[in-house]
Amino acid sequence: MTQTNTPATLTSPATPGTAAAQVTIGQPILSKNAQKAEENRADFQSRGLFVINLLSSPGSGKTMLLQRTLAELSGRWRMGVIVGDLQTDNDARRLRASAGDAPIDQITTGTVCHLDAQMVARSVARLDLSEVRLLFIENVGNLVCPANYDLGENIRVTLLSVTEGEDKPLKYPVIFKRADVVLINKIDMAQAAGFDRQLALENLRRINPDARVLEVSARTGQGMDQWYELLESYVKRN
Amino acid sequence: MQSTLEIALERAAREHARRITALHLRIGALSGVVKEALEFAFDVVTADTLAQGASLTIDTVPVVCYCQKCQSEFQPPDPFYECPNCGQLSHQLLRGNEMDLLSIEIQT
Repeated sequence: MTQTNTPATLTSPATPGTAAAQVTIGQPILSKNAQKAEENRADFQSRGLFVINLLSSPGSGKTMLLQRTLAELSGRWRMGVIVGDLQTDNDARRLRASAGDAPIDQITTGTVCHLDAQMVARSVARLDLSEVRLLFIENVGNLVCPANYDLGENIRVTLLSVTEGEDKPLKYPVIFKRADVVLINKIDMAQAAGFDRQLALENLRRINPDARVLEVSARTGQGMDQWYELLESYVKRN
Repeated sequence: MQSTLEIALERAAREHARRITALHLRIGALSGVVKEALEFAFDVVTADTLAQGASLTIDTVPVVCYCQKCQSEFQPPDPFYECPNCGQLSHQLLRGNEMDLLSIEIQT
């Protein structure tokens, strides 16, 4: 897989002055990202940081989840947020408004539909993370591309809101299979949205039997205590 | 696709290539990569590079799981990785995650 120094072999003699050659590469396309992610991971560990990569569709409530989490837990430990968006710094501004003095950095990706390990490394360099124990990385709202990019995080949390329907994990299995935790958000609206809770839980269990699933409402606060307990366990074991 | 091109261009430069005429990829069914999207992106990112006009071959690798109980491999027909023999959910993915650049063809 990593034989990058194979010499080129001439397969066909071409016109004078040119030669066609087949060059074996055999390298994972995202190997550079994987390498950078490992560097990030070592860096996070040396700083005593527990890092969460937060993924979901646009509009599932990632920012609101973080706003509430920052507001309610800021007394327990220092937290930081890196927030990725295609355009605008609206999310970062929303977070700053509720985060007190928590360090927050915005990555505007332009046309890139995911965060990668290099972007995160640059963002970390911009932040003052002294005393920070928990760092959230709010990924670009997208259920496809971000799944393939390791950022160096400790765990992945995927958000699913009830308005997206209980079959979302079946449509985008990869991002749910790779999640350590799945948060079903906007649970207060489940009935109004006609959300089949049992079916959603069953779908998630069959897609990813190892994931921890919590039902929460970042707006009303319902179920958020379990989320905070989970965060506390991560910070303590780190 | 940008990462693929970067690897290919770096290698082509080391081989003193004038052109890249073909790229050969291996993509797992679980990588979440859509072949058509990849082909479209390929044309966009290769424009005005050594790889402009190169052909793109993509081998798709199906998802293969391992059932610990039956000690056998199987190809799941749906996103639930249930063993067709015993019905247990597999926790072990053997193949299907690949995203590799296998080889390139160059002209020197």
